[in-house]
Amino acid sequence: MATFFGEVLSVYSRAVEEDDDELDENEEDEQIRRELEEKREVHLHWSPEVSESLKSGNKLQCSNFVLAVGQNASSFLSVHILSTANWDTIGRASAWNERSRAVTGQSCEESACVFYRHKDNPTVLICQVSCYIAEDQLFQWTEKVFDCLQHRELNVTVLSDTSVADYKTADYLGGSSAPFLRSLHTSAFGDQPVCQSLEQPNIVTGLPAAVLNHCQVHRISAVVYQCYSDVIGPDSVTMETYKPVLTKLGRSIQLDLSPSTDALRKFVRTTDLQSNLYI
Amino acid sequence: MFISSQSSAPSFRDFTLVMPAVAVGNVGQLAVDLIVSTLNMSRVGHIHTDCLIPMAGNNPYASSKEDGEELHTPAEVYAAAELKLAVLQIRAPILQSKTKKFRQLLVSWIKSSGFSRTVVLSSSHAYQRDDQQLQGIPLRYLVTPSLLKGSADALKELGWREMERVPAFPGLTDGNTEPRLCIPGGGITKGLYTDSCKEDLPLAVLLVFCSEGDNIPDAFALANHLNDWLHLLDDNSKQPNKWKIPTSWSLLFGNGIPPALF
Repeated sequence: MATFFGEVLSVYSRAVEEDDDELDENEEDEQIRRELEEKREVHLHWSPEVSESLKSGNKLQCSNFVLAVGQNASSFLSVHILSTANWDTIGRASAWNERSRAVTGQSCEESACVFYRHKDNPTVLICQVSCYIAEDQLFQWTEKVFDCLQHRELNVTVLSDTSVADYKTADYLGGSSAPFLRSLHTSAFGDQPVCQSLEQPNIVTGLPAAVLNHCQVHRISAVVYQCYSDVIGPDSVTMETYKPVLTKLGRSIQLDLSPSTDALRKFVRTTDLQSNLYI
Repeated sequence: MFISSQSSAPSFRDFTLVMPAVAVGNVGQLAVDLIVSTLNMSRVGHIHTDCLIPMAGNNPYASSKEDGEELHTPAEVYAAAELKLAVLQIRAPILQSKTKKFRQLLVSWIKSSGFSRTVVLSSSHAYQRDDQQLQGIPLRYLVTPSLLKGSADALKELGWREMERVPAFPGLTDGNTEPRLCIPGGGITKGLYTDSCKEDLPLAVLLVFCSEGDNIPDAFALANHLNDWLHLLDDNSKQPNKWKIPTSWSLLFGNGIPPALF
């Protein structure tokens, strides 16, 4: 596409592919397709105790399910909530896709999507997702995870982060406005969100959207807090924006409201090393 | 799978269903937006499926602050009982590997709901037209034999142009090859049409040849074209623009201009 000033931009095309299933697919193609589909399936690995109880038909008792998607959101949970050491790891989810690393990434993939349960209050669950879940896996991930949870009296809170470049507004966003928080909730959500609602024409995509869709059609109370940040990678200022959400969660979860600088540094430093823009 | 958003499942018997095909320029989806927003239709349910890429947002048709905070999903069904009209809006792309499954899902839902007819609003790449398609207005239609039985006269009266079949091998004068239907950039349009022919479903396709860019004029053209047939809006209003643009169409070309620029 050429702009008014003549530069040629490569833009994401909204044109769609031809329907090509008229081409006769031979058996081999079909087999490859099937195998690929099997490989891309989402798997949940629960601890022996949990899988035992799931097998006998008892779903996980859950009143609060907190899901953190993205680096800032999951680092925030690590610093403020998981650091209190009151948490048991009860399982993880794995999803193979085009962004998964081949062999060396085994350990990285394992730690990318983990479920935790509160030791004193086992109806509080936390899930940290820092890996990429492909578009065709989002629906399946949500179905599988929520299939393990008891739906009655369930409250879902999703923390998510994205770039401020994705935010559309008629006003000019000055440098000081980011990071900020916006909320989106299902019809069943009876509480008051801690921040402003996400304005049209902004939308939420990815895992938060998949969770919202699922909760909306199944009439589960869910809210997504989307943080718009202007920093690439986790940073402490962006993480601060989630703090108001903590007061809501604070009723059921014990929190570390003022974490040590060391705990913070552990998560923020990793990106410093990768950025050599201003050396 | 259709999931009702009300306590009782709505009845669509003898309703007309209007739905878009996710196609070039998103013209069908924009036209459906115009219909829902202008007729003030109410949401009656969701199509919850793994064939669509998940997305969520607040009410795209909000007219005031109060009704703005309402969650909307990738595929939703709206209804206007007094017009016997149902509208399916699709807001997300269909996963490439699941187009066939999605078509089957739609066809079986349309069948089980008892719609009297289905109209698919779609579009096709303008640059891939052949000589005959370049002539006249850029709007075309297609109907399945099942719909043609009852609507032949009405269609004749409208004087619309049917989508031309194109030769399989342009330039070659081989009498043996039959011209075929080709809708480049039309997504599931062609598949849905051929499926409906096979299943004896009364279905029509209205499409517009367009290019990507600002497709709002194309959406108006397509919505007006549909209105000529279905008479969704009363003709008495001779205003140049009788359609109501939804709030979600704002900022199509990005954010506001930084004041520091001047």
